[in-house]
Amino acid sequence: MTAPVLETIHLQKHFGGLHATRDVSFRLTRGARHALIGPNGAGKTTFVNQLTGVLDPSSGQVLLEGEDITRLRSDLRVRRGLSRTFQINQLFKDLTPRQTLGVAIAQRLGVGGRMWQRFEGDTVIDGEVMTLSRSFQLTDVLDRQTASLPYGKQRLLELAIALAAKPKVLLLDEPAAGVPQADRQDILDAVRALPADVAILLIEHDMDLVFAFADRISVLVEGALLVEGTTAEIAADPRVKAVYLGEGEHV
Amino acid sequence: MQKKSTSTPFRSGARLALLLQAALWLAAVAAVFLLPRRMLLLNEITILALFALSLDLILGFAGIVSLGHAAFLGLGAYTAGLTLKHFSIDPLLALLCAAATSAVLGFATSFLVLRGSDLTRLMVTLVVALLLGEAANKMQWLTGGSDGLQGIVVPPIAGLFEFDLRGRTAYCLSLATLFVLFLLARRLMASPFGMGLRAIRDNPLRAAAIGIPVSRRLVTVYTIAAVYAGIAGGLMAVTTQFVSLDVFDFARSADVMLVLILGGTGYLYGGVLGAVLFKLLQDILSGLTPQYWHFWIGLLLVALMVVGRDRMRDLVSKVLGRIMPSATATEVVR
Repeated sequence: MTAPVLETIHLQKHFGGLHATRDVSFRLTRGARHALIGPNGAGKTTFVNQLTGVLDPSSGQVLLEGEDITRLRSDLRVRRGLSRTFQINQLFKDLTPRQTLGVAIAQRLGVGGRMWQRFEGDTVIDGEVMTLSRSFQLTDVLDRQTASLPYGKQRLLELAIALAAKPKVLLLDEPAAGVPQADRQDILDAVRALPADVAILLIEHDMDLVFAFADRISVLVEGALLVEGTTAEIAADPRVKAVYLGEGEHV
Repeated sequence: MQKKSTSTPFRSGARLALLLQAALWLAAVAAVFLLPRRMLLLNEITILALFALSLDLILGFAGIVSLGHAAFLGLGAYTAGLTLKHFSIDPLLALLCAAATSAVLGFATSFLVLRGSDLTRLMVTLVVALLLGEAANKMQWLTGGSDGLQGIVVPPIAGLFEFDLRGRTAYCLSLATLFVLFLLARRLMASPFGMGLRAIRDNPLRAAAIGIPVSRRLVTVYTIAAVYAGIAGGLMAVTTQFVSLDVFDFARSADVMLVLILGGTGYLYGGVLGAVLFKLLQDILSGLTPQYWHFWIGLLLVALMVVGRDRMRDLVSKVLGRIMPSATATEVVR
């Protein structure tokens, strides 16, 4: 076993009397393709929000490369290499994809706070923007206002921004949510083409996408980890069938 | 060939926009010679433009709404007024003092606007301005209370430029200050810092998720805006040689918001154009109906809201489109 790049130890979260996360100890290894599944309301997004620092855990720890980041501000977690996408697009509607990616790259390069440098025309940033936009099929819409882009393109931009941070760990929160059937393949291709050294945790409802993508699967039920294993193990596990597949894979 | 055909209208549009900007500033300078009788009004317009520019920095670029921006205007005015009165320092130095005190206040109160929704921000900023206004009222020994701060004597700028009764020196000082601060603001907003602010305005959650330290950026820009407003206030004290409690007035904070609504936010010229429009309207309307000029301003705003700025912009670009290629018109109206 290699050392985990991201790890949670006895993570707990209560909202009043509601236990949204129960004693979750979870490990993500370097370059992993890991999926986190669970029925609606299982606490998947709550779990992710604690990893990224949007929510503070009630108790327990979050470690990134062995270092405790449990109470670290979310923007500093990003700087350390923990990036995410959102289930519902969180984009800069008035900016163009070029500006959006540029601002993310500038931030990673540590020049995002500079006041006396021009934002436009930086060759390093422009080069990276081009590379990213090519991998995510955004070259033709780079200078359009983000709000005016088709939903599929916005979804791809959501992925591209997260990758602009050059993360070690990437959390994908339902990347295909709301994407019309015709564009799903684009998303799947983009997800599959993500760099191999990035550890990816995919939070997903869509079983086809999960089995097409992940090596390992963890199943979260009512805030607790029910079982973890390879895709084959999970597919064969009767408990998973009972709580998850039994519920019906409605679209 | 294809490249040329797409880039030419864009470039000529950009050039026309630049030309219009140059024309605006040249007209402002030419006014010194062409409108010697309207120096006082022009000075007021210029200071209001600077004040509106200040609000635009936080409202247009960072998405922070404020109904108490007069707090910084007032503090700047009293700082400049008091330093002039008691130490008879150079007016430029008095402006620097105004910038310094409003920077401190801006930094300190920025933490109040970090958290909370727009409504909380409106209330918190409003309260800060009210508190300061009341404090100035109570500290009569220092501020002169409701009588205002009297007996300000302004020495010539750098010992060279005497202030005249017509307000020519005053206008020149205000205009030069506005110009310099405008260029600085433009530079700032074209930087990575400025783009980061626009990102925060659009979506603070995502801004944090790409590693932007949202709170720190907002504290910085709020402090900068406070400095701008403080200098505007300082200019008022320097050029009118009088400061009264109404610098903290709610109406000041509200008016500057109206100015930005008239001129538009997020492109820096909104404050300048809005200030010109607002003051001219005020001047004309109050000449016609001294008591009710606010009614007409209000009516105009309602019309603006109903028609919508975008539709007005489309209309202007359509009109411009008759006399020039449409791409150029769009670029000019932006």
